[in-house]
Amino acid sequence: MRIGVDVGGTNTDAVLIDGLRIVASSKQPTTADVSGGVAAAIRAVLADGAAAPGAVDAVMIGTTHFTNALIERRRLDRVGIIRLASPSGEALPPLTAWPDALARQVGGEIFLLPGGYEVDGREIAPFDEDRMRTAAQACRAQGIDRIAVSSAFAPINPAMEDRAAAVIAAEHPGAIVSLSHSLGRLGLIERENGTILNAALSSLAAHVIDSFGQALAGLGLSAPLYISQNDGTLISAAEAARHPVLTIGSGPTNSMRGAAFLTGIDDAIVMDVGGTTCDIGVLAKGFPRESSLSIDIGGVRTNFRMPDILAIGLGGGTRIHRDGADLRIGPDSVGFRITQDSYLFGGSTLTASDVAVAAGHADFGDPARLPPLGAEVRDAIWRRIQAMVADGIDRMKTAPGPVPVIAVGGGHFLVGDGLPGVAEILRPPHASVANAVGAAIAQVGAQIEQIVDYDVLPREEALAAMRRAAAERVVAAGGAADSVGIVDMEEIFLSYLPGRSAQVRMKAVGNLADLGPRQGVGSVAMEARHAN
Amino acid sequence: MRIERSMLADLARGAAFLGSGGGGDPYYSLLLAEAAIERCGAFDLVAPDSLADDALVVPCGWIGAPTVSVEKLPSGHEALAGIRRLEQIMGRPVDAVMPIEIGGGNGLAPLIAAAELGVPVVDCDGMGRAFPESQMAIFNIRGLKACPSVLTASCGALTVIETDDNLTHERIARALSVALGGIAHMVEYPLTGAEARAHAIAGSVSAAIATGAAIREARAARADPFDALAEALRATGLYPHCAILFDGKIVDLERETRGGFSVGRVIVDGFGGHGRMEIEFQNENLVARENGAIRALVPDLITVMDRETADTITTERLKYGQRVKIVAAAAPAMLREPRALRLVGPRAFGLGTDFAPLEELNGMEGT
Repeated sequence: MRIGVDVGGTNTDAVLIDGLRIVASSKQPTTADVSGGVAAAIRAVLADGAAAPGAVDAVMIGTTHFTNALIERRRLDRVGIIRLASPSGEALPPLTAWPDALARQVGGEIFLLPGGYEVDGREIAPFDEDRMRTAAQACRAQGIDRIAVSSAFAPINPAMEDRAAAVIAAEHPGAIVSLSHSLGRLGLIERENGTILNAALSSLAAHVIDSFGQALAGLGLSAPLYISQNDGTLISAAEAARHPVLTIGSGPTNSMRGAAFLTGIDDAIVMDVGGTTCDIGVLAKGFPRESSLSIDIGGVRTNFRMPDILAIGLGGGTRIHRDGADLRIGPDSVGFRITQDSYLFGGSTLTASDVAVAAGHADFGDPARLPPLGAEVRDAIWRRIQAMVADGIDRMKTAPGPVPVIAVGGGHFLVGDGLPGVAEILRPPHASVANAVGAAIAQVGAQIEQIVDYDVLPREEALAAMRRAAAERVVAAGGAADSVGIVDMEEIFLSYLPGRSAQVRMKAVGNLADLGPRQGVGSVAMEARHAN
Repeated sequence: MRIERSMLADLARGAAFLGSGGGGDPYYSLLLAEAAIERCGAFDLVAPDSLADDALVVPCGWIGAPTVSVEKLPSGHEALAGIRRLEQIMGRPVDAVMPIEIGGGNGLAPLIAAAELGVPVVDCDGMGRAFPESQMAIFNIRGLKACPSVLTASCGALTVIETDDNLTHERIARALSVALGGIAHMVEYPLTGAEARAHAIAGSVSAAIATGAAIREARAARADPFDALAEALRATGLYPHCAILFDGKIVDLERETRGGFSVGRVIVDGFGGHGRMEIEFQNENLVARENGAIRALVPDLITVMDRETADTITTERLKYGQRVKIVAAAAPAMLREPRALRLVGPRAFGLGTDFAPLEELNGMEGT
């Protein structure tokens, strides 16, 4: 059996899954120490499912903690930023185009050092060990112990970043180092941005991942702990502690994959309605459609593989403003205070949930406490909410015909029936914990990227070697060797260069080794994708 | 017109469209231009008509692989070093700069030099779009000389190219760019003010800004950005016709390197099984066929765009599964003259067909 957990800003959800069957689910408030909420949610599903801790094979946790920290700019570390590319790139120093407040908060000291590689593997400039040592000492002297290192073309040759890490380890042993080649793909600025964000999350990541471990230990769970990353695959807890930035897109990904699992539908629009926002994504063959454009995280441009999400300001706690005849829906929300502030729970703030219950589209709280709205006003508000939902669906739709919509999340009742352009609305059982379900059914993945010269190594051999390398990484990360498949291969021939050089990116995924072969919606979808 | 920082994103968005799939992603060029304006302040965009007959006008841009350009970034000294050397050779200061091609990142390339030198950018370019090779510039078509030309790289290397033959110049420059790591800055086709006025494609920089602004404003107003794009292009006078050729999803992509270029084709299937469009490209998109029938031909512009946002997807960034609209625009009239078509028409790219204008192929005459 597996346990999937979603640690959100407001709630911590857990599900217990046996094969394809959901045995139990639970929704608990997120606690300040994180571990309390996780422990409570897991304890509840174990009790509900009458399962002993020893029967649990794996625990998968998805969290929006790191995303929220970046967006809210709290609990971030100062970072020493080292770039190995000079003289190339000096025109665009690190932190270029960052929001000022975030740059000030995170940017400790910047070092532009000689180094990096050309596209053909030559060095742009030799590694300067003395200057590297000086930089490490300067960070140490200033008490900066989170360091981000990025070198030009590191995805095709990480050697110089590794040398930098070795020098830092010798000169500043207390430092935690983030290396760009272990985080991102080609595109120096975007990769460096991701590396700096990763370094800034180091302390929080160590703390959060550690509290997950404590929660499990406290419950007597010895099963391995995995963390969901952006594309719905898993990484080990240790890897997530080192590379927290790889998890920042996992929330929407998990809810979409959970929605696919719960409905058995592989192509649909998924609306995950929380307390404050509604994330709208597109499910294609069981997996979230990825954004073709660069992704801004907290205003910083990155190039991670992330789902294409439209977030609209509508959730269960969204405030309804009435100014005479004027109606305004949000965008502000009472958030987790909904259980105190909304009329349904004895407060005096009109929220979307109040209106949904008043209009008979949901049934919770105490309807007797609702203010006398009048049918006309109530229906006008509800129509406005439905118009926002319909507009969001329309913006994400890729085909003109009606599409199925899967409504999940705690505020899923805000997606009403009879919306234009919608074939049917599915509200599966366990919809409010779809996110935790998505975490529980995740797979292990690995991605590699290289520039290959087919004149040196024939194409078939080169691709075969990369497939092997990607598969080995999946197995190293806990995947079952016999379940590994290549799900994504991208080959970009480099124009203007002589010969046949191509940038090849390969992504492999597999089931967790200790779970054995598993036929989930995900696996089937993977094979279908591979066949393309 | 004063170019302020706030206008640069519009320029980048418009230049991406005019790149016809090529010219590279303009994001890094945008960052560089923003940084230059931050450092040196706004600068002027002047009409070619305002140039003195004997002014020295220098086209500049980057030569190399777009994929390399996102990893090996400029030192920031390349443009200035190249222009300073050209000034020595010419024995006089540069009066203004201009993009060699308006398409893609190169549409923003001269802004850095302009900001550093304190000279204006001329509202014109040498291609009206992007082309893969230097000798496809209108200046070669009109018989002007590419040299003296100066190539500079981030490592500080500087090479002066002197040859009377513009094709030889392209070959030397191409080989040098490879030796320098796949990307280099180039100043070429130094012009007099009179030559720029007579031969450059006038108005293309402001056309790119207007086009980019129209897309941004339409998005903000939740209007159709493609309608806004077409309207803005027509209003420039340079690109009098615009058509959405197709709407669908990329179902196949073949891309390989032949003769130093990214050559291939992309196939887009219409939604609901309505037809199929195939586009052939050599860095830039060359021909669009719907169910075998030609709908647009080089030098007319053919651009693949995200069907939701109207963001341009450059040839390097095409991916299986993308949902796109294929948009075509009539090339500036100077590129459709017979002497131009010999160098930039379909047969110059090995396509076995003569040029036919977009508006004829699509029955748009008089629209």
